[in-house]
Amino acid sequence: MTSDFLLSLAQAITKGLLTGMVYGLMALGLSVIFGVMRVVNFAHGEMMVVGMYLAWAGFEYLQVSPLISLPVIAVVFFVAGYALQRSVISPFIGRPEHQQFLLLLGIALVLVNVCLAVVGPDSRGVQLDSQFDSYEFGPLVLDAVRLHAAIAAVAIAGLLWLFFTHTRIGKSIRAAADNNMGALVVGLNVKRLYAITFGVGAACVGAAGALMITIIPVTPFLAAEYTLLAFIIVIVGGLGSMTGALLGGLLIGVSEAVAGLLVDPSLKSMFSFGLLILVLLLRPQGLTGKRNP
Amino acid sequence: MSDPLLQVDAVDLYYGDAQALSGVSLEIRTGEIVAIVGANGAGKSSLIRAIHGIEKPASGRIRFDGVDITAWPSYRTCEVGVGHVAEGRQVFPNLTVLENLEMGATLKRARGAEKRTLERVFTMFPRLSERRRQPAGTLSGGEQQMLAIGRCLMGQPRLIMFDEPSLGLAPAIVHDVFRIVRRLNEEGLTILLVEQNVTASLKIAHRAYVLENGRIELSGSGRELLDNDRVRQAYLGL
Repeated sequence: MTSDFLLSLAQAITKGLLTGMVYGLMALGLSVIFGVMRVVNFAHGEMMVVGMYLAWAGFEYLQVSPLISLPVIAVVFFVAGYALQRSVISPFIGRPEHQQFLLLLGIALVLVNVCLAVVGPDSRGVQLDSQFDSYEFGPLVLDAVRLHAAIAAVAIAGLLWLFFTHTRIGKSIRAAADNNMGALVVGLNVKRLYAITFGVGAACVGAAGALMITIIPVTPFLAAEYTLLAFIIVIVGGLGSMTGALLGGLLIGVSEAVAGLLVDPSLKSMFSFGLLILVLLLRPQGLTGKRNP
Repeated sequence: MSDPLLQVDAVDLYYGDAQALSGVSLEIRTGEIVAIVGANGAGKSSLIRAIHGIEKPASGRIRFDGVDITAWPSYRTCEVGVGHVAEGRQVFPNLTVLENLEMGATLKRARGAEKRTLERVFTMFPRLSERRRQPAGTLSGGEQQMLAIGRCLMGQPRLIMFDEPSLGLAPAIVHDVFRIVRRLNEEGLTILLVEQNVTASLKIAHRAYVLENGRIELSGSGRELLDNDRVRQAYLGL
């Protein structure tokens, strides 16, 4: 093997790790919602795409960088997620899974078609000033936008961790996820905690969307792909586990980038699915998952 | 005589088509220990859950300190001072002992006194203090019961409803549990005690009710019921 090849492999892996952190943040949203409420958010990729469009619109019409509009988008997503849970999803908690599936699929269809109707099918991207900047670490060259997005994703994941371990509401959410009857017994308002959880999960994916638009352009058709990707990441990492979602995101990011280098970028999903099948065969509970959750 | 702290009036409760409680009425005065005895499936846990607001009664009224709390959700009934040590202990297994206790004090009524009550709980249960950084799931059954009681105390309750607190515990620990119930009562807490251990609970109870098939069939002082032939035959096997 030539050193040229090794260098481009290392380059691809680094690139994959950076994108993987944004994937991880996206999957974190799915994982938090599932881990607490046992509701699978089948509209996750659609929410991601809406986040991308909002960041794109902020850049296109208001000249605001996605990294600046991110907190606003996260807040908007939190409020929307909270309201969605309180109004529509809450009655479906505890109902058979196929009913939840149909509801969230319905929400997904609405979101993606609103995007189509408002923005159209063409791909939309942002051209940041830092688009062509890069940092050099020895022989490795990192895109500035990718590095910034990855740092932001890690910082948000860190904030989320602080929220769940150091705030009263975060701990209450963990308690409700841990033992629902126990939560009722001590007088936690479980419905409100669920709404906050859905809001937090939505804010994660909204923020991930704002970061992702700096890396790749958006079309409505990306939505289904992202929903699937988020599932793969969460299953590979371990359902309901925060570190699992981040780890899964990194793995999938790297596998996509390496697939792009070795075979063809359009075949990257094949590698992700391959990884999924491998994990399901060898470690069905996911990399960080416990048996019998 | 003072007004009752808790007044349950003709409460019916259903799970789907199955009736769990029919026309249950009882009252508890401040400072009392009231026991509810009855066989498995008689509706004892259902009664506690209906009072707490975890289950919604189909009809009837529940008043706490003169306030109608019928069908209030549990986060509201807790807020007026209804405490509940649930069957099966219901600790949060993946949270630490300390976090479990903090969860008992998320109520508005409890926040101001959180530190003081925590010290009191740790004095009462030194084992919990030793294990405060450990996940609650790693505690023994007896320790989890202490944690469940401590967590309830963190919420500054005025009434504590104990649901089968001795179930599944070793005999020595069962004795501890009854001692704690009595001690809490001596410190001024009003107690509603649901137990399968009929002798022990009638011995510490001021008054008691016998629940059969969702109905109150008998009531009287603990002493009277201990001597009652029907109770002796049905529950004490004498």
